[in-house]
Amino acid sequence: MRKQVLPGFGLSFGYALTYLGLIVLLPLAALAWKATGIGVHGLIQLLSGPRTLAALRLSLFGAVLAASINAVMGLLIGWVLVRYRFPGRRLFDALVDLPFALPTAVAGIALTTLYAPNGWLGRWLEPLGIKVAYTPVGVLVAMVFVGFPFVVRTLQPVLSSLERDVEEAAESLGARRYQTFFRVILPMLAPTLLTGFALALARAVGEYGSVIFIAGNIPMRSEIAPLLIVQKLEQFDYAGAAALGVAMLLLSFLLLVLVALLQRWSNRWAERTL
Amino acid sequence: MKKLIPCLVALAGTLLAASVAARDVTLLNVSYDPTRELYRDINNAFAAQWKAQHGDSVTIQMSHGGSGKQARSVVDGLPADVVTLALAYDIDAVADHGLIAKNWQTRLPDNASPYTSAIVFLVRKGNPKGIKDWSDLVRPGVQVVTPNPKSSGGARWNFLAAWGYALKQPGGNEAKAKVYVQELYKHVPVLDTGARGATNTFAQRGIGDVLIAWENEALLAQRQLGKDKFDIVVPSVTILAEPPVAVVDANADKHGTRAMADAYVQFLYTPQGQEIAAKNYYRPRSQEVAARYASQFPTTHTFTINELFGDWRQAQAKFFAEGAIFDQLGAGR
Repeated sequence: MRKQVLPGFGLSFGYALTYLGLIVLLPLAALAWKATGIGVHGLIQLLSGPRTLAALRLSLFGAVLAASINAVMGLLIGWVLVRYRFPGRRLFDALVDLPFALPTAVAGIALTTLYAPNGWLGRWLEPLGIKVAYTPVGVLVAMVFVGFPFVVRTLQPVLSSLERDVEEAAESLGARRYQTFFRVILPMLAPTLLTGFALALARAVGEYGSVIFIAGNIPMRSEIAPLLIVQKLEQFDYAGAAALGVAMLLLSFLLLVLVALLQRWSNRWAERTL
Repeated sequence: MKKLIPCLVALAGTLLAASVAARDVTLLNVSYDPTRELYRDINNAFAAQWKAQHGDSVTIQMSHGGSGKQARSVVDGLPADVVTLALAYDIDAVADHGLIAKNWQTRLPDNASPYTSAIVFLVRKGNPKGIKDWSDLVRPGVQVVTPNPKSSGGARWNFLAAWGYALKQPGGNEAKAKVYVQELYKHVPVLDTGARGATNTFAQRGIGDVLIAWENEALLAQRQLGKDKFDIVVPSVTILAEPPVAVVDANADKHGTRAMADAYVQFLYTPQGQEIAAKNYYRPRSQEVAARYASQFPTTHTFTINELFGDWRQAQAKFFAEGAIFDQLGAGR
């Protein structure tokens, strides 16, 4: 008896491996190779510099916060799009993809135009003492913008396959509304929600194009890590730029591993509660 | 068959002759951002002159971008025949990779910079904050927009201009210069990554009272965004920005375009080339042409990078390298 239904496992596996190697592993290996030029001492000096630390902190915390906002808002919007029928729903649905389609520089300029002290929104926020453009808040706004579609798009198929019977059963068994949500719906959605969160997070950590326009780029305050990399390249410091790139990659990787662990844990949680 | 061969030979011969008589040659000029308008005019004039003298049609392709990024592209294999960048340091970087002879800056007159510019101030119409000189930029309540010298080659000139001003004041020294420049960067609310970004922030977003800019950019901004919106203030002393040009030896030899590339960079020094530079708001080296555009370029005391800082390599190492003076300022707060 054959193990697989479809033939050609060896061939397709070989292709997949080669392709992955060419597209992902080769550039990463080149990056790591370039980074070795800096040496251990140089690396420690680079990564312990206050500017580097400040930039890494802004990029990582900003991205985590942006992905969290996107997870909550994305769940809400996905729910509305799947569960309710209303005029203009398709248009609304199409709008969700816009941050994917827009060149990031255009997005950055548009956001800056809105939130600058003389912009449409900025001029109303300014008297309230709220400054968005050219502050870390602006960085957050841009990160939320570029990461937004990920959560909605990953959640939608799962939301539409969610059986209403389960909710009805919960209700008939006497669960209150919040209990239905937190103990029935959320456990089923959690793994997908975390996938969306991880995608939005990964996108926001590395985002450059849209952020630099709105950030203000003041060292120690609103300077993101990718900008430091660009600055190093501008001084022909390839090794330093590559090393910082590898450092960012490792930190992002750690974050993603953390998300994957959460996902496994939530899977078990879902099995147990159901 | 016997007839066919001579036919083919004749055909090939005529094709060859035709191609020799009127070759179609392409030249790639890799330049920095604010030279688009300048080189559009230069290329037309040079192509016309070359065709008249040699009969060949020349197509000059341009690549524009941040000066440092452009230099990196050439190092990484962009087949430039000529580079025309914002600062000598970027051409030095190309030379370090063996693509250009190390003595490139002495092969052409005037430090290989056929045109220059000065670092000036763009202020809002009527100059409401009364900005007259560098010392006014650090008054309380004055906000200054300038790009980050770490990411923008053009902004390094701005930094050095400020430093030089402080150094040239009575009793000026390195320590005082450092204090002045540190104070200056505390007045910068937004550090854009490039010159065009900074111009945008100042002109479109309404941020800041002063934009430190190259004179040619300031004049261009004034013309494009309206004379009724901005004034140009020329400080008492400033740096003479010298954007250099060079033939990329390795590429020109490989492409067989050496003669034309040489003629192209030399064309920039001719009266016609100088005239075009002046029309595009770059200060010409030629006294004669400069005299005709005197109203456009107010006289001021200028110093060059070589006078105050040795050369670009030294300036780069002292001010902009990792952990050097700019990093020590702790720009921002």
